Amino acid sequence: MEAINHLPFIVGSYVAAFAVVAGLIGWVMIDFRTQRRALAQLEMRGLARRSAAVRPKGPMTEANEKA
Amino acid sequence: MALADLANPSRFLGLANRTIPWLGGLTVIAFAFGLNQAMGAPDDYQQGATVKIMFLHVPSAWLGMLAWGVMSIAALGTLVWRHPLADVAAKAAAPIGAAFTLLCLITGSLWGRPEWGTYWVWDARLTSELVLFLLYLGVIAVWRTVEDPSRAARAAAILTLVGAIDLPIIKFSVDWWNTLHQSASVFRMGGPTIYPTILIPLLAMTLAFTLLFATLQLAAMRNEILRRRVRTLRLMQASAVS
Repeated sequence: MEAINHLPFIVGSYVAAFAVVAGLIGWVMIDFRTQRRALAQLEMRGLARRSAAVRPKGPMTEANEKA
Repeated sequence: MALADLANPSRFLGLANRTIPWLGGLTVIAFAFGLNQAMGAPDDYQQGATVKIMFLHVPSAWLGMLAWGVMSIAALGTLVWRHPLADVAAKAAAPIGAAFTLLCLITGSLWGRPEWGTYWVWDARLTSELVLFLLYLGVIAVWRTVEDPSRAARAAAILTLVGAIDLPIIKFSVDWWNTLHQSASVFRMGGPTIYPTILIPLLAMTLAFTLLFATLQLAAMRNEILRRRVRTLRLMQASAVS
């Protein structure tokens, strides 16, 4: 009986936790795609950082390969 | 790879790209185990089934403080050693820490209503936790309002170190003042006062949440490094045009 009375509080807590964790994961994934796309577009226009220009395989290339 | 090599953002990106999938996989396994343990845990003799809220509330409280601890160490890195990744780490940890502190406040409130008869009371533990959440919002606001990342990093680092005073206040508030919140029952002199059937799920969920934090922190740091590269290239593009 007690468990039934308290069920909304328990379920509410787990729903809130799921929402917060899903929100964080979603934010990180969307942000990664946004930054990677922006960087790829800039690199396509021929822009490159001076340190990246001397490196044969840049970290962005590696990030693209991994993703 | 020497530890000093990680100061190089490119090396760090390579390490993050290799580590994030493994950490993510470990996090999923840890959550599967932790949730299985939590759902199978017996009811508490006093609190009944609401003890299951503890398996979310305690880990999120721990992560809220851990993230500020990470930010404090990073703040020292920014102000004292000018470590290239220090302000990246601090900026990445702030929204994650804020989210877990908010989750701690929500779950605490939902736990408080059936146990204490109220969602909120202005006692020392709850108020100091709310102050931590407001400090997080302050740091995030600094990062978003100061455009130059290095200037924002210094301002945020100072605020972070000042805010670190709140961590011992949160921890010891239940000892220093009379509060509704219970005193420490896991990390205390004399050992835990929780029975193993509830302690093991709690530790399993704490491990799972900690692995989640590590994964999110690495991923957010990777994003921040990429964001700074985008900013640099856009500045180069703008200066080329003008």
